[in-house]
Amino acid sequence: MVAPMVDIAVPRHTSRRAWRLGSIALQVALVVVVAGLFYAAAVNAARNLAAAHIASGFGFWDNIAGFDISQTLIPYAPSTSTFGDAFWVGLLNTLLVASLAIVLSTVLGFTVGIARLSRNWLVSHLAGGYVELIRNIPLLLQLLFWYNAVLKALPELHGSMTLPGGGFFNNRGLFLPRPQFGANFRYVIAALAIGIVISIVLNIWARRRLDRTGQRFQIRWIVAGLIGLLPYLIFLAAGSPLSFSFPAMGRFNVQGGVEILPEFAALLLALSLYTAAFIAEVVRAGLLAVPQGQTEAAQALGLPPGTTLRRIVIPQAMRVIVPPLTSQYLNLIKNSSLAVAIGYPDLFQVFTGSVLFITGQAVEIVAVTMAVYLVISLVTSLLMNWYGHAMRIAER
Amino acid sequence: MATDSKSFLRAAPAEPLPPPVARSGIIGWLRENLFSSPFNIALTLICAAFLAWIVPPLLRFFVFDAIWSADSREACLASPDNPDPGACWAFIRVWFSYFVYGFYPQAQRWRVDIFFAALAFGIVWLAWLHAPRRDTGAVYFFIVLPILSYVLLSGVPMVGLASVPSTLWGGILVTIVVATVGIVVSLPLGILLALGRRSDIPVVKFFSTAFIEFVRGVPLITVLFMASVMLPLFVPERFAPEKLLRALIGVAMFASAYMAEVVRGGLASVPRGQYEAAQALGLPFWRMMALVILPQALRVTLPNIVNTFIALFKDTSLVFIVGIFDFLRTIEAARVDPHWATPNTSVTGYAFAAAFYFICCYGMSRYARNVEARLARAHRR
Repeated sequence: MVAPMVDIAVPRHTSRRAWRLGSIALQVALVVVVAGLFYAAAVNAARNLAAAHIASGFGFWDNIAGFDISQTLIPYAPSTSTFGDAFWVGLLNTLLVASLAIVLSTVLGFTVGIARLSRNWLVSHLAGGYVELIRNIPLLLQLLFWYNAVLKALPELHGSMTLPGGGFFNNRGLFLPRPQFGANFRYVIAALAIGIVISIVLNIWARRRLDRTGQRFQIRWIVAGLIGLLPYLIFLAAGSPLSFSFPAMGRFNVQGGVEILPEFAALLLALSLYTAAFIAEVVRAGLLAVPQGQTEAAQALGLPPGTTLRRIVIPQAMRVIVPPLTSQYLNLIKNSSLAVAIGYPDLFQVFTGSVLFITGQAVEIVAVTMAVYLVISLVTSLLMNWYGHAMRIAER
Repeated sequence: MATDSKSFLRAAPAEPLPPPVARSGIIGWLRENLFSSPFNIALTLICAAFLAWIVPPLLRFFVFDAIWSADSREACLASPDNPDPGACWAFIRVWFSYFVYGFYPQAQRWRVDIFFAALAFGIVWLAWLHAPRRDTGAVYFFIVLPILSYVLLSGVPMVGLASVPSTLWGGILVTIVVATVGIVVSLPLGILLALGRRSDIPVVKFFSTAFIEFVRGVPLITVLFMASVMLPLFVPERFAPEKLLRALIGVAMFASAYMAEVVRGGLASVPRGQYEAAQALGLPFWRMMALVILPQALRVTLPNIVNTFIALFKDTSLVFIVGIFDFLRTIEAARVDPHWATPNTSVTGYAFAAAFYFICCYGMSRYARNVEARLARAHRR
């Protein structure tokens, strides 16, 4: 029996011309709608701002700020500095805490990630417990915990705990001796710079020689001498131009020394511990992605486990690790804006907090803040892409 | 019995010897996993010392010496007969209903309970892979539930439910509302944005990409700030949305951008042949997506979707900063209550909050892992 023929209608949308017309109509409609929304928003914003007597534009940038900032890396005084200066202070504070947290979280994250794969049951489960605990609790909660429950619960000024070497800490922060450089210290810096440059040149030469002749040239001790011993000898020859000013307990406050704010310490701690848990997972996944045969081949060649990890597994794992590691770094930088919850003067707290509160110019200030974070994200991705490019396998 | 036979044949197999003690059982396990080399022994000892240093004080603080019930802060303060008191759980008991409902009127709290139950029902329906009629479940979760929740929580005087302004909402209720709105909005919107980003139509592609990259490039706080400070400027004054709604818009925008990238990953994993087969059958674009591509893409990427939800759930705590009384904010408000202020109140409050978030997030991540394992099994077949 022959099945009856079914007449299949050719769907009309397959007509290329109709599709293209529809597509153009859709695009025009979308542009009109989006432009209309932006226009309406702009008109409304202008009307609302005028009604509230709020200026627009960036005229406020050069006005005197008039508020104090608790941590400044560049000279800043409330009575003479401008909102623009406040912006740079905040930006530098963000970069400071983010870059330190990136270093700490990378070190800790790699350690924990490798520990999770350890054959020692206790080590791997301890690392696993750390990762699970940290990853499942909001960063903001951890930040508040470190700040309010730990650092603010430290002893008051008069019960300060002293550190070996002349520093102490209390609930107002950590106070360390401040190094004071004499005039002759510049020779030490110069010696260090020269040592580093020579070491780099030497390293390139040694690697070229290894590639060309196969002969290894141990530069380790020469580099140690150039970078460590030479500046030290110059330092002695220049008459030890370095002294420390020790913090001293005043009646109401601590004078002298370097002050590390509890806000800074709490933010650094929370960001590093939190991101480290995520980096640990990234590292673990990367290490597991390296085929078992690589480890076995290294063992067959007689490499000890540490060298196998350092020379064989990690370089290959890095190709898998770098892209997700980049996004963890980006998350860390963005998360540093949580500083506002505990009052660390980062970009967000200074600019979107204090400056916005004083000037009321929400549109300009939020736009600038967002633009800065976008630029930081972009630069970080570019750097990491460049690193990932350098780490990729050179296929011949 | 013949004793002069020269040979001996065993009639039955010998009993197997027990494995060497040093390689089996607890001792063997210990040797293998904890003491296999000097380095390992050192590591084990360090870890054991660390645990011995940290676990007993924690247990003492949170369990043995904790104050479970009390009428006032005095019981949680150090006293001659209890010189070093532990966690003040009594504080949590007293404030518990505030942590769950905020200032929601006492007489109306049954509505919140119904909302929690309806939400739990929807979640189970969707998350249980063998539940009957999961497509109806999706309709329930994404259409019925939002309307029902609004009617229940906000109140419609016409049907006899007194209206409760959102300024009175608080605690776990708000955290759950923010997270749920984020999930319910971000999934459809994320799918649309992901399709837009993969679209051949240049303008659609440009707008989708710009939105996704912009939102993902800035911190959530700035998005929330934009929603809560700038949004009222962008609309005529009489339409200015209330505070909670502004935060919800910010969270929904943020979650959609992240969800879009997850869905895009799922779309990319569907083989090209599936698209071509659907086109060869003459399916128009939307039916091809709905019937062929999206079911496969979403299935593959379900673990990632759940992980995005976990991140979203944790991120809801940020609405705290724009002045919404979410769970964390109620903890912050309660822990400085002078009637309960003791040296241990803050730690107790944070521990309670941490336990809540941990249970929710860890539960979700276990679920994601189970689905992942199931998918891997299905893949191997």
